[in-house]
Amino acid sequence: MAQKISFKDTDMQAVIGWVLRIGVIVSISIVFLGGIIFLYRHGHEIADHKKFVGIPDFIRTPGGIIDGVIGIRGQAIIQFGIILLIATPILRVIFSTIGFVLEKDRLYVCISLLVLLIIFVSTISGHAG
Amino acid sequence: MSVIIFTLIILIGSYFAGLLGSLTGLGGGFVIIPLLTLVLHVDIHYAIGASLVSVIATSSGSAAAYVREGITNIRLGMFLEIATTAGAMTGAILAVYIPTHYIAILLGVILIFSAIMSLRKKAEQIVEEPNKWALKLKLNSSYPTAQGTVNYSVNKVGGGFVMMIFAGILSGLLGIGSGALKVLAMDTIMRIPFKVSTTTSNFMIGVTAAASAVVYLQRGYIDPGISMPVVIGVLIGALSGSKILVHTQSSGWLRWVFAIVVTFLASQMIYNGIIGKI
Repeated sequence: MAQKISFKDTDMQAVIGWVLRIGVIVSISIVFLGGIIFLYRHGHEIADHKKFVGIPDFIRTPGGIIDGVIGIRGQAIIQFGIILLIATPILRVIFSTIGFVLEKDRLYVCISLLVLLIIFVSTISGHAG
Repeated sequence: MSVIIFTLIILIGSYFAGLLGSLTGLGGGFVIIPLLTLVLHVDIHYAIGASLVSVIATSSGSAAAYVREGITNIRLGMFLEIATTAGAMTGAILAVYIPTHYIAILLGVILIFSAIMSLRKKAEQIVEEPNKWALKLKLNSSYPTAQGTVNYSVNKVGGGFVMMIFAGILSGLLGIGSGALKVLAMDTIMRIPFKVSTTTSNFMIGVTAAASAVVYLQRGYIDPGISMPVVIGVLIGALSGSKILVHTQSSGWLRWVFAIVVTFLASQMIYNGIIGKI
């Protein structure tokens, strides 16, 4: 190799900081946009959240949310933004994993993958419950 | 109450929650659950879901800044995230089987504990005795201070790890960041400098909350109409809090005010839990 590519901890810090910042800005902007549409359409209805009844049917499935986003439905857009927000720290772990691969830190590649595996299992368990 | 009024009240309440949470270091999601359940009579399931989402937003937002400054110990965070995410998953699963009034009581207890924790004095401690596991896991590190780079070692890795499982379970069960418990584990058990433990705890909170949020999302706890004003309010509040912190150093009296407010809300949660109103 003519030039050695060296990836250091400081590079990883910069990348992680960047991922987190962009993730929060993008997802909150989407939530805000969805919020305006939601309030415009439903602002004068009566708010009632005293009983737990889950969430509206059309945003229960990923397909429903995508359809809702295309159909410019406020609650679907908010939910889409929230999902992006939840994905942000998970994305951060994925980027850390890549960082540890570049640093050739095998132990920490395994540790990061284990964290991702736990989150994956958690997602599956929620689906069953 | 119309949706627009409901949204505005939550927005304003969440703004102050985020502001105080960031000024005192307790985190924004902290007073959100009592605010929603006690004041607005929202079902506790929705309150937990919305709080969890706001926790992810504030933790990720502030972690972005801390990570760049190089104070956060990324390896330590990653390693302990095994414990917190596994705990959070367990907590979210347990939540189905625990009656809500027990959850309200437990939340009240944890709120009071965290308020007390936020009042104690913070002395920087630097330990430099080598620990076998800390060496193997490359946890020992350094951080920048005004006096130059300071090296530190990590103690009792096993004990800290176990404490983090516990912190994760509470986070998943109650929809809070449980930052106070995370800091406690790193401060008093692992004996890490305070600045490092605070920022590393904050760094871990987002992933921990995400691990249980994926469960709650599918169970319908995360309602867009409630989560939207909460997450926006808390985030803007936390941002203005961090701006104020740069200008004013001491916030001793503010901690006391917040601790008293939190303790009051917490006892209300416990009381309502005991009489079965939540």
